[in-house]
Amino acid sequence: MEMASARENPAGGRPEVILSSTRSDSHTWNLIYIQLFLEEHGYRVTNLGACVPLDMLAEKCAAARPALIVISSVNGHGYLDGADVVRHLRGIPSLRETPMVIGGKLGIASGDPKAAAGLLAAGFDGVFSDAPEDLAAFGAFLRDLPGRSTVDSPCPPVRPGEVLSAVTA
Amino acid sequence: MTGGEVSPAPFGDLVATAAAAGRLVVQPRMGMADPVDMRAGLTAVRAARAATVGTITLDSYTRCDAHDEVRRAMAGEGRLNGYPIVFHGGATTRAMVDSVRAEGAEPFGVQVRHGSAAPERIFAAIAEAGLDATEGGPLSYCLPYSRVPVAEAVASWARCCEDFAASAGPGRRPHLETFGGCMLGQMCPPGLLVAISVLEAIFFARHGLRSVSLSYAQQTHEEQDREALAALRVLAAEHLTGLDWHVVVYAYMGVYPNTVSGAMRLLGDAARLAVRGGAARLIVKTAVEAYRIPTVAENITALEHAARAAEAAGGPGGTVPDTGVLAEARALVEAVLDLDPDLDRALVVAVERGLLDVPYCLHPDNRGRTRAHLDGDGRLRWSDTGALPLPHGSAVRAASRFGSADFQRALSYVARRYDAPVPIT
Repeated sequence: MEMASARENPAGGRPEVILSSTRSDSHTWNLIYIQLFLEEHGYRVTNLGACVPLDMLAEKCAAARPALIVISSVNGHGYLDGADVVRHLRGIPSLRETPMVIGGKLGIASGDPKAAAGLLAAGFDGVFSDAPEDLAAFGAFLRDLPGRSTVDSPCPPVRPGEVLSAVTA
Repeated sequence: MTGGEVSPAPFGDLVATAAAAGRLVVQPRMGMADPVDMRAGLTAVRAARAATVGTITLDSYTRCDAHDEVRRAMAGEGRLNGYPIVFHGGATTRAMVDSVRAEGAEPFGVQVRHGSAAPERIFAAIAEAGLDATEGGPLSYCLPYSRVPVAEAVASWARCCEDFAASAGPGRRPHLETFGGCMLGQMCPPGLLVAISVLEAIFFARHGLRSVSLSYAQQTHEEQDREALAALRVLAAEHLTGLDWHVVVYAYMGVYPNTVSGAMRLLGDAARLAVRGGAARLIVKTAVEAYRIPTVAENITALEHAARAAEAAGGPGGTVPDTGVLAEARALVEAVLDLDPDLDRALVVAVERGLLDVPYCLHPDNRGRTRAHLDGDGRLRWSDTGALPLPHGSAVRAASRFGSADFQRALSYVARRYDAPVPIT
């Protein structure tokens, strides 16, 4: 059973995010912190925890069809493991348009822009380091997601259906 | 049991001898892939100016039974982060340890440290190598680091304990240390840590072990930690009659100070805590804990620093306020023991029902309803006791709504306090 959402609410009204680590990463404090952060931004979080096998992650995401998938990893293997994760998930038709991001300590040294670009090319919608400015950027990303907009957003979000039509036109 | 070699003094006896002489045993974490390097590390620990125990820390692949990955690394494809005891085989490990022991006049204890929820192959390798001391537990190596179901970990550890205990003989008394006093290393109120440590020790005893140690990890508040150590010793005495046992303290297992001075002050406080709290052994942390795996020299510095701090600490004793840690730990231990005369079954049911529920633990079997925070004094308090069998009023509200920023502050509390030139109030 995943960690119960700290601010439990009836399911209605709060979009679901699936939060997970990678199969090689046993760290969990980053997952707790990001869960709290996501809840503060209005999400209901399903936290899969550490050492998540790829099949299990795919099965949970395909079944839940969440509003967002967040991969958090701090063991320095995130650039490597993340590529496998996103390619596998994007191969599932129902998840092709699902917003997916990855963040944390993704490499052995500090942020690697080339590796980050590789993850974006592989299918992630956002790649964030664990630096404070990237956390702020992650917060902005969450606020700008479709369905999360307020009247203060600089640009109204595009609904997933509209994007899909354009792509398949 | 193999071989006809003379066994070294049993691990428990070595620690008891040091304790009788008023010396705190200090021990590192240390593991190198190559037996030549591992031997050099053990030799340096033996020669340190302190009463020491040597450690063989196993690599991550060995801990998860990923033996193909071990073979690839040992064939030159990468570097292991510990000693692959299964790969090297009993003869190599035994010869390595024997040669280190032969260099000194005093007996030298060696303990294998790992983190495996299903350690059958590791225990087999330990026995093959003629080693007599290791650590872990059915819950403490399952809930924090793995996805192995608790029922499976319990069954595996029961088998390992019985095989390990059966290796006892003339001059050989196998020793097991509980990791339950640590769990996730941070943010767990002491009553639960003490309870899990005691329950794992009872589990070891029920499965045949006669020499055990009970761990407790240094937390955020020195008086609260001393109260926890007193509680641990009371419950150990009640439940482990007839066994040889001692308490081992772990220097802080959470986010570590960034400065050398902060790190060494924290270690010194851990040594003082161990001595005042009646513990016989301390596992140290080094000045570089926040950054990387230490060199052997950095480990020796830490061992000697801890030993000097322990010498200056005097002896056990001094009373601390009773804030209810013993009552809480006792309530948890008794609730679990009352569930089923078979402790294996009781542990599984206890976790299932949330009678043991580790705050912030993401293991699929952990109920995940409990929460903890730091109060204004830095003491660990329950904000939500979930289904724990504790009296009403055991939980207190955190001063502010405990969001991500407060959580981050709680995780870094010890590091910030020790790194600050002036204590943070």
